[in-house]
Amino acid sequence: MKSLALPRITVWRTIAVLLITAGAIAAIARFTLGLGATTNLTDEFPWGLWIGFDFLGIGLAAAGFTIVAAVHLFHADDYEPIVRPAILTAFIGYMLVVLVLVIDLGRPDHFWHPLVMWNPHSVMFEITWCVILYTTVLSLEFAPIVLEKFHMHAPIRWIHNFSLPFMILGVLLSTLHQSSFGSLYLIVPNRLHPLWYSPLLPVMFFISCIASGVSMVILETLILSRNGRKLLPMTLRANLAKITAVALAVYLVVRFQDLLGRGGWQYMSTLTYHSIAFWAEILIGFVIPLVLLLFPRVRNSRQGLYTATLMVLTGFAANRMNTAITGMEHWPNRTYFPSTIEVLIMLGIAAIGFSAFYLISSYFPIFADAPEPAPLPDEPWTRILHHEA
Amino acid sequence: MTQKKALLLDITVCIGCNACQAGCKAENKLPDNEEKYLSLTAYTALSEYNGKFVRRMCQHCEVPTCASVCPVGALEKTAAGPVTYDAGKCIGCRYCLQACPFHVPRYEWKSTKPRIQKCNFCVSRLTRGLQTACAEACPTGATKFGDRDALLLEAQKRIDGTPGKYVTRIYGQEDVGGTSMLYLSPVPFEQLGFDTHLGSTPMPLLTHQAMEKIPSVVTVGAVMLAGIWWITNRRSEVQQHEGPNHDATSTNRDAK
Repeated sequence: MKSLALPRITVWRTIAVLLITAGAIAAIARFTLGLGATTNLTDEFPWGLWIGFDFLGIGLAAAGFTIVAAVHLFHADDYEPIVRPAILTAFIGYMLVVLVLVIDLGRPDHFWHPLVMWNPHSVMFEITWCVILYTTVLSLEFAPIVLEKFHMHAPIRWIHNFSLPFMILGVLLSTLHQSSFGSLYLIVPNRLHPLWYSPLLPVMFFISCIASGVSMVILETLILSRNGRKLLPMTLRANLAKITAVALAVYLVVRFQDLLGRGGWQYMSTLTYHSIAFWAEILIGFVIPLVLLLFPRVRNSRQGLYTATLMVLTGFAANRMNTAITGMEHWPNRTYFPSTIEVLIMLGIAAIGFSAFYLISSYFPIFADAPEPAPLPDEPWTRILHHEA
Repeated sequence: MTQKKALLLDITVCIGCNACQAGCKAENKLPDNEEKYLSLTAYTALSEYNGKFVRRMCQHCEVPTCASVCPVGALEKTAAGPVTYDAGKCIGCRYCLQACPFHVPRYEWKSTKPRIQKCNFCVSRLTRGLQTACAEACPTGATKFGDRDALLLEAQKRIDGTPGKYVTRIYGQEDVGGTSMLYLSPVPFEQLGFDTHLGSTPMPLLTHQAMEKIPSVVTVGAVMLAGIWWITNRRSEVQQHEGPNHDATSTNRDAK
């Protein structure tokens, strides 16, 4: 029997409630007053903070497909304990992005149109479909966790029978739309600043999402194992850090080779608003964490990993925001700074995400120390999900 | 087959009387005040550069960027030339505003059911066999309506016929793959606010080069992932069978 006592009031809970309330009020304002009255978006600057936030949410949710691929497709079984937190992260990430998109759309009541009105030439169309399909795959990957809680084993077995094709589909869909977010900007070479525009944008978006997705997983295990909970042995976490370092290195090579090959030096080497944003992004998010992660001492220390992964995530956020906002700005005709309402809605939705992770992980068996479900019959794919250690 | 329609805009002939905008506003039932910039209520506007006037409006591209980016196909290039907009389909993603190389679409930001607004090339007049309202209103012939092929020939003839009067370029002939608005100018186009660096490749091709790789990413990816799964799965099966201390690669043969 659960106790009926009210939840304890803590600082974080208070902040979350305040942010969500403020965000909800801001969202009501946006829907009743329209985009013009509540945002700083204009004809010259039609995409702003919310699009950047979408890129960010999807990029962090890359935790889901990278870990699922590593554990269930590549049989890196030791990482099993972090599969569920990663899937939960991805699931929440996608839900939040869908929420932001609906708020961002001029006609939220028409959000379902891409399902029946097709234009396969549009990157936006492709992204819409990938997000819808991948969210479905994620719900199927997440469903067993919920069903387990309520001891419904028949549907779990049913889902497990299809899990291999679903997991492959999930990895493919993620690959496609993680890169497609970069493809969105292929069509604006005349608007996006050369420091960010590249024909290789889709490739670079994909590589950087692996770095950020894995960093997100590392950061999560660091935070979640604060209270002495055994989530992942130190050595395995250090290995994840190596993967991040490789992704960062590959990214830097591709980015600089491409930039220098297309005459980017002149933009990098002059001191401008754009070059400052560029170097901040590259140094904080890519170069410094890469150097840090090369040292085993850093990879094996909690402090070191906290620093490095937070830098990767900050740099990742900077890269996406720079692509979506800074790189599109052109003084003096085209400038943008988000309105209070845009910021409040974004913070509110982020707070919903953190709260959802906290609530779901306290009520459902997300962590390895959760009770094991009833044993399953030995079917081909059930073995993938439940290894006898 | 219907010929593709176009407008020939001769900047040397334009006197800046604004009759085109007035005619456009009357045809589209927009408020009849004079406007200097494109807006929700001005589908065309005149910009002045040292006594020369340039008409701004939707260029009705041959391969329109807006139509290619629209996820629901609300924007469409019709056979007769106009790029049309269907507000009933539009979801309000604003990718067209973001992508249009000429910065043309205007958005009803103040509305809670916003649409975009832009020149529609008098599509309903065209189907009735009439010319556009702006061409009809133009007193000097600076805006001339006709078949695109014929107008291109005429433009070339004007350039060749009076050497020195025009720069030897028809803006819109090849820019972004060609547009329905063909401009003739007495001075280099960059001096009149034209973007002369857009190139002759249609913008949608930039996206196409990436999108066309999707089928191979999916098929190769699926086979590769399934293959890796099979190999690694086999390895752990063998390992389980042989005991954890065996080296998986050396026991592969024995396992059969």
